[in-house]
Amino acid sequence: MNTNQASACARALISARGLSKSFHGVRALEDVQFDLRPGEVHVLMGENGAGKSTMMKILTGIYQRDAGEILLDGTPVDFNSPRQAQAAGISIVHQELNLMNHLTAAQNIFIGREPRRGWLLDENKLNAQTAALFERIKLALDPRTVVGTLTVARQQMIEIAKALSHEARVLIMDEPTAALNREEVEDLFRVIRELREQGVGIVYISHKMDELARIADRVTVMRDGRHVATVTMGETSIDQLIAMMVGRELGQMTREPVPQTAGEVVLEVQGLARRGVLRDVSFQLRRGEILGFAGLMGAGRTEVARAVFGADPIDAGSIRVHGREMTIRSPEQAVAAGIGYLSEDRKHFGLATGLDVKDNILLASLARFRKPLGFVDEARGRQVAQELVQQLAIKTPGLEQLARFLSGGNQQKVVIAKWLLRDCDILFFDEPTRGIDVGAKAEIYKLLKALAAQGKAIVMISSELPEVLLLSHRVIVMCEGRITGELPGSAATQENIMQLATATTTTATAPLTAAA
Amino acid sequence: MALNPQTRQKLLAFASLIVLMVFFGLASPNFLQTENLVSILQATAVNGVLAIACTFVIISGGIDLSVGTMMTFCSVMAGVFLTYWGLPLPLGIAAAILFGALSGMVSGVLIAKLRIPPFITTLGMMMALKGLALVISGTKPIYFNDTEGFTAISQDSLIGTLVPAVPIPNAVLILFLVAALASVVLNRTVLGRYTFALGSNEEAVRLSGVNVTFWKIVVYTVSGAICGIAGLLIASRLNSAQPALGQGYELDAIAAVVIGGTSLSGGSGTVLGTIIGALIMSVLTNGLRILSVAQEWQTVLTGVIIILAVYADILRRGRG
Repeated sequence: MNTNQASACARALISARGLSKSFHGVRALEDVQFDLRPGEVHVLMGENGAGKSTMMKILTGIYQRDAGEILLDGTPVDFNSPRQAQAAGISIVHQELNLMNHLTAAQNIFIGREPRRGWLLDENKLNAQTAALFERIKLALDPRTVVGTLTVARQQMIEIAKALSHEARVLIMDEPTAALNREEVEDLFRVIRELREQGVGIVYISHKMDELARIADRVTVMRDGRHVATVTMGETSIDQLIAMMVGRELGQMTREPVPQTAGEVVLEVQGLARRGVLRDVSFQLRRGEILGFAGLMGAGRTEVARAVFGADPIDAGSIRVHGREMTIRSPEQAVAAGIGYLSEDRKHFGLATGLDVKDNILLASLARFRKPLGFVDEARGRQVAQELVQQLAIKTPGLEQLARFLSGGNQQKVVIAKWLLRDCDILFFDEPTRGIDVGAKAEIYKLLKALAAQGKAIVMISSELPEVLLLSHRVIVMCEGRITGELPGSAATQENIMQLATATTTTATAPLTAAA
Repeated sequence: MALNPQTRQKLLAFASLIVLMVFFGLASPNFLQTENLVSILQATAVNGVLAIACTFVIISGGIDLSVGTMMTFCSVMAGVFLTYWGLPLPLGIAAAILFGALSGMVSGVLIAKLRIPPFITTLGMMMALKGLALVISGTKPIYFNDTEGFTAISQDSLIGTLVPAVPIPNAVLILFLVAALASVVLNRTVLGRYTFALGSNEEAVRLSGVNVTFWKIVVYTVSGAICGIAGLLIASRLNSAQPALGQGYELDAIAAVVIGGTSLSGGSGTVLGTIIGALIMSVLTNGLRILSVAQEWQTVLTGVIIILAVYADILRRGRG
């Protein structure tokens, strides 16, 4: 299945051999090889954390490799900065576009390289050069358009034009269609084909299976920081690719059926919609249940949680809590209804890192510890916080320890303690184990199971499929803002979840555009 | 939505200025007298120049609380050169601008190199420069009686001698010259381009290989030099460097910038808007005084206007 290495090497624009990279002792890449030929679209696939981004960041000089070599036109190269890679003709269009919204398209593209006439900028030349670039990708756009007024798709085209202005021969695109609607995807593919004709080598990182068949010449699959296979598109099938992507065994984490007390429905979401983000999301959550939400990054899982929690406005949909229709417009109302949300970004939204353990635990429930004149009942607060610290086995030298000094797992437990104290019986866990080491993960899993057994209703959003499979009684899969399927925990496998997570919408629905 | 938001805000500011002038014109026959209009312009000069200095910094995504006392420090330094040391006038002018640039550079280095937040850095600079001005002058005003032509910088009217019907004082002429120059720098030079770019998305500028640290320092240095010009204007008008003056001017300057439609979050703004903002503030003060509204109420109204202007900015960004 592997292509002939020798011939690939000879013709390769860029090739990497034996790339390895670790972060703080954790292997992100191990002995990876990759090569790109001129005039090909080489798709790079793999689950979140497979090492795709790390490899691309090494190729573009953002990270330095620990081992291995990179050959450009057969000559070893070493990039210490994105600047150097760019000068050598390697450009990247990140998923998160990095533009200056207040400036025009032309000003963005030539920032740092403005044509001048003496002391003054030569705006005419700037716009003419930009127009020429746009011509090359057949983009009908006035170079003087302010970038902030453009759609994400157009902004992406500007990034591509910027890459071309650096004489890019290698163009790396990280999930370029994530925020595009169907027509915009077509437009992007047209530009990609155009560039391929011109001999540019394109690395295309994507999860979307239907795109592969249409755009890929070759596909490289990565998994757990390793190279799995490189195949020619015509010689493989989507099923084979999926199998390669998820080939990992569940390892030592054994999956035991979580006993479920078939509780009553505590949360019912009907037709939840938010323009450009969520479409017709409906689900039920029962007492004592762990409901897994699977999907790729950007599928809309976090957005569902935030919408139910009242953190984001919704355009349509109804939410029933314990059978009662509720209008939830703010997190305050959600919390009052017994809904807690544990953000994927603990440091930003979940935890006041500058406060100590006790204050973090009491934060959402201070009203209960109020004494006359607004004083806080310190003694009772301490006692309750101490009980929770013991109950959840939070490892801290004391209640006065600042939350920022705790490990990731213990920080997460502090946030859980906060919501438990607030009497929340519906809990949304968004990537509960992100950035937590393996041992702490196991503890969080145990805790989630225990909470469910106590009758809490839990929604668990996770990008780690083994985790979803391990804990969920049911799995809901999302793709592009919609629920594409629901699987009972017993029937869910990595394969069928991945199928649903990459399923593209066949119905002619409103285009999904990301908020500007 | 045909107009871009920035143009809309500028039009809004301009319309407010016209409305205010019409209102005061109708309310009092004295308001639209040439003499009064000239005094409005004269009163705008110092605040206007300081506001232009602030415009640079605010567009770049920063803030400068030190422009007021920096201005005073510069006028004291002019006093040291001219009155204490008896040096010729051009050297005094150069000193004021140079020490302004230098102070600005210090802020810039602290902010860009040491990464101290602009608010804190310039708060510190505000106090340090105020103290320095008092120490150097021995807390006493320095008079320029011995320097011939010093008061002419602000008070004479070059235009008036050429066209007697328009007795616009030099201070106003200098304000417009600084404004024109600043406008060219912001819109037509690399420095201006980077000023907007930094305020719009500093990370993107850095990733484009631009030396962000250097250009940030340049922005604060230019702003400082403009404060030096303001220092000359105010010293010339008072015929003295008043070391106790200055604090509070920074807030007026920032207010003018904001009223003129420059976003405090950076990335957008115009010198013309800032000038209009400064004019709105002077017209308001002047008009209310003519209508015999108590000084205290003038201050209250200015506060309300600033809040309204920022609210307009929020509405604009919410939609944009």
